[in-house]
Amino acid sequence: MNDHSLIIIGGGPAGMAAALAAKKAGIDDLLILERDSRLGGILNQCIHNGFGLHTFKEELTGPEYAERYANMIKQEQIPYELNTMVLSVECLKDSNKKAITVISSKRGVQTIYAKAVVLAMGCRERPRGALNIPGYRPQGVYTAGTAQKLINLEGANIGKEVVILGSGDIGLIMARRMTLEGAHVAAVAELMPYSSGLKRNIVQCLDDYNIPLLLSHTVVDIKGKEKLEGVYIAKVDKNLQPIEETKEYYPCDTLLLSCGLIPENELSVDGGVEIDPRTNGAYVDESLETSVEGVFSCGNVLHVHDLVDFVSEESARAGESAARYILNGKKPIKETIEIKTGNGVRYTVPYKINVDSADELTHIRFRVSGVYKNTSIVIKSGEKELMRKKSMILVPSEMVDLVLKKSKLEEADEAITIFIEEASQ
Amino acid sequence: MYDVIIIGAGAVGCAAAMELGKYELNACVLEKESDVCEGTTKANSAIVHAGFDAKPGSLKARFNVQGSNMMKELSRKLDFAYKQNGAMVLCFDENDKPGLVQLKEKADKNGVKGVSIISGDEARKLEPALSDAVCAALLAETSAIVCPFEMTLAFAENAYANGVDFKLSTQVLSIDKLDDGFEISTNKEKLKTRCIINAAGLYADKIHSMVSDKPMKIIPRRGEYMLLDKSAGALVSRTIFQLPTKMGKGILVTPTVHGNLLAGPTAENIDDKENVSTTKSGLDDVRSKALLSVKNIPFNKVITSFTGLRAVGDTGDFIIGHSDIRGFIDAAGIESPGLTSAPAIGQYLAELVGEIIPLESKKNYIDTRKGIAHFNSLSVDEQNELIKQQPAYGKIVCRCETVTEGEILDAINRPLGATTLDGVKRRTRAGMGRCQAGFCSPTTMALLAQKMGIPIEKVRKTGRYTENGGQDNE
Repeated sequence: MNDHSLIIIGGGPAGMAAALAAKKAGIDDLLILERDSRLGGILNQCIHNGFGLHTFKEELTGPEYAERYANMIKQEQIPYELNTMVLSVECLKDSNKKAITVISSKRGVQTIYAKAVVLAMGCRERPRGALNIPGYRPQGVYTAGTAQKLINLEGANIGKEVVILGSGDIGLIMARRMTLEGAHVAAVAELMPYSSGLKRNIVQCLDDYNIPLLLSHTVVDIKGKEKLEGVYIAKVDKNLQPIEETKEYYPCDTLLLSCGLIPENELSVDGGVEIDPRTNGAYVDESLETSVEGVFSCGNVLHVHDLVDFVSEESARAGESAARYILNGKKPIKETIEIKTGNGVRYTVPYKINVDSADELTHIRFRVSGVYKNTSIVIKSGEKELMRKKSMILVPSEMVDLVLKKSKLEEADEAITIFIEEASQ
Repeated sequence: MYDVIIIGAGAVGCAAAMELGKYELNACVLEKESDVCEGTTKANSAIVHAGFDAKPGSLKARFNVQGSNMMKELSRKLDFAYKQNGAMVLCFDENDKPGLVQLKEKADKNGVKGVSIISGDEARKLEPALSDAVCAALLAETSAIVCPFEMTLAFAENAYANGVDFKLSTQVLSIDKLDDGFEISTNKEKLKTRCIINAAGLYADKIHSMVSDKPMKIIPRRGEYMLLDKSAGALVSRTIFQLPTKMGKGILVTPTVHGNLLAGPTAENIDDKENVSTTKSGLDDVRSKALLSVKNIPFNKVITSFTGLRAVGDTGDFIIGHSDIRGFIDAAGIESPGLTSAPAIGQYLAELVGEIIPLESKKNYIDTRKGIAHFNSLSVDEQNELIKQQPAYGKIVCRCETVTEGEILDAINRPLGATTLDGVKRRTRAGMGRCQAGFCSPTTMALLAQKMGIPIEKVRKTGRYTENGGQDNE
């Protein structure tokens, strides 16, 4: 019972979608390991709506979206273990099996085995310490997601006068949430000249509540020894350096940080998975297989997504790929195409494509590094243009999903480049 | 009436309490904060200095070398983290080399063993990450690293087990001299004692002046630090100092005993004894100076930065001894190497008490202390045994540091247990990792709220609770 075909690490949206797809592809002996006390992951604390428009063609809250998947898991009788944390993943040299060491009150510390593993651990928030904001370290400084958990799941009332640093989606959602809880949100400060959150969240969470979004601003000092008393916000110059003269004091008892999400890949790294420094997620090929054979990665542990619907879609592909690996063994690799990033493209997932094993349609996902209006996304191989797609607007907060036909891939040489072509002036 | 009251539950106060626990005495520790280890002791370099730096003949030299020699044995008996990792003092300029020779001479005079001068290449062979500019170095084999929280808690818990009282959240407001001792007025109650040990850290001058007319001044010296993720912890294995030059004292780069990398401190005299804020210029200084010693420090892996205040006296040395008022003993100005010296200072303070009150050894004295099980460092068999006894050890609360609910419950429930998030963090390392408590703080807060019977939002990160569980605005 400690030897499985497939083990999925994480029972959030990514893990559940991967499990369902693997089951559908014929894998019965699989197991989801979830460290929390319920399935659903971070969705459980996202009580706002806006989830599921692509997947279910209707607007759901986070817990509702999670519940639909959890119900499917139960319907398909896919086994899962809660309150179970994976301590390590190791690829055994002789058998190519994966040894997964887990801990739970029920199992104790135990090593279980699987032919394939799907990594679906999600991401964490960048904490205050990593932002190097000078000042005191008082109570009242939270990452937005921690505040969300305290308010929505623990019923805590954390503050009345709020400043938010960073305009990531959770920060924007929390601006509205705190307002609805009776707090006053004085401002959302964003270091960059553009928001890192979705347009719809800026409209629905800030504009609708008259909360100012201060672009090109940051927090430069934190006051209050034990309890937060206020923060200084300053404008930043082109090099993102604060301009001292523009410093302004905001009295507040709560500072929320929404300054980026980091895929939680410590397990993956220990297991030998190579990490792409651009995403902090694994390097994967078109099947979402990592540098370790039989280990797949999907969802926010692979790269941070904007919408959960895309997490589900991507993760289903990882589940299918894992099933294929379990049933057919190692895929034949003949021709590999590397994907290079050109102007405006920060990274791509995957970073390479095995042409022979690629499906009819290959998804290439990426984010842009700035705001681009009226441009084209172009894929070239050498001088040959494989694809061109016009775009009215591209923003860093939205993930771009390109679908490339296999026939186009077959036209390519060993590398393709994706770039944003700006209209010539 | 107490025989001895110790004011301040930092490393020195707790070490003195532990020493006094060996005798048939009524002793008590007063601490204005809600936990032990809340002042200077909680924010420093966490180094057990070998003793080559202190001026021969000084109290600093005496207690440093004694403390350093005591630490390993203490860490074993009292179950706190300690590692003898060695240290180097780097020299970057041929002209500064005499500085290394002077240090070596001081080491010899102070009786420090295992000190030698090596070439730049030899230094780089031992520590490949060192800068190419290093032309020579002092190698000190007995230098070590320690967990200052655990050490101080271990002293306190051992003292408590041997019958020493601890009154936390108890601030001394005034002291009256009586015929046979003192009466101490606090924010909570009045206490009588025959003897006082003033181990009040930054406020030792204030406490001193409540009794004595002889002037004493303690200046807060700010030191800013940056702590890096464990993935950077192996960059150096020894503590790397810089030879003091005209340009200043330099800053150190060291692994911590738990495997992080620490860089700092700056040194800046300030006025405000409560100012533990970091500054942009200070952190920039740490970064640039650390890079002089060690190449390619990945400062993008900083997980937190903090400021410590050293309690610097006005004599250039520790101020330890009987004051002009009989029964009032000072242990003041305990700056670096204070952490190292603490156990030796504690012993000496007990001797000083013995000059006033006859000391009689305690029967049933307990000379050990068992710390909180650090689940992460146990063998799988030990882990499973623990989970079998107490299923809460099978539940990970802090993912980054693999801290279990069992450890957190132990930290909260044991004598002198944690009442704040920072208290839990210092005892268990929950929240000490790369996500800086993002994931675990709601769970830890819930456990603290449950224990104290208060709503979760009343749980404090640090500081005192008032009687009704609300906030103390003092």
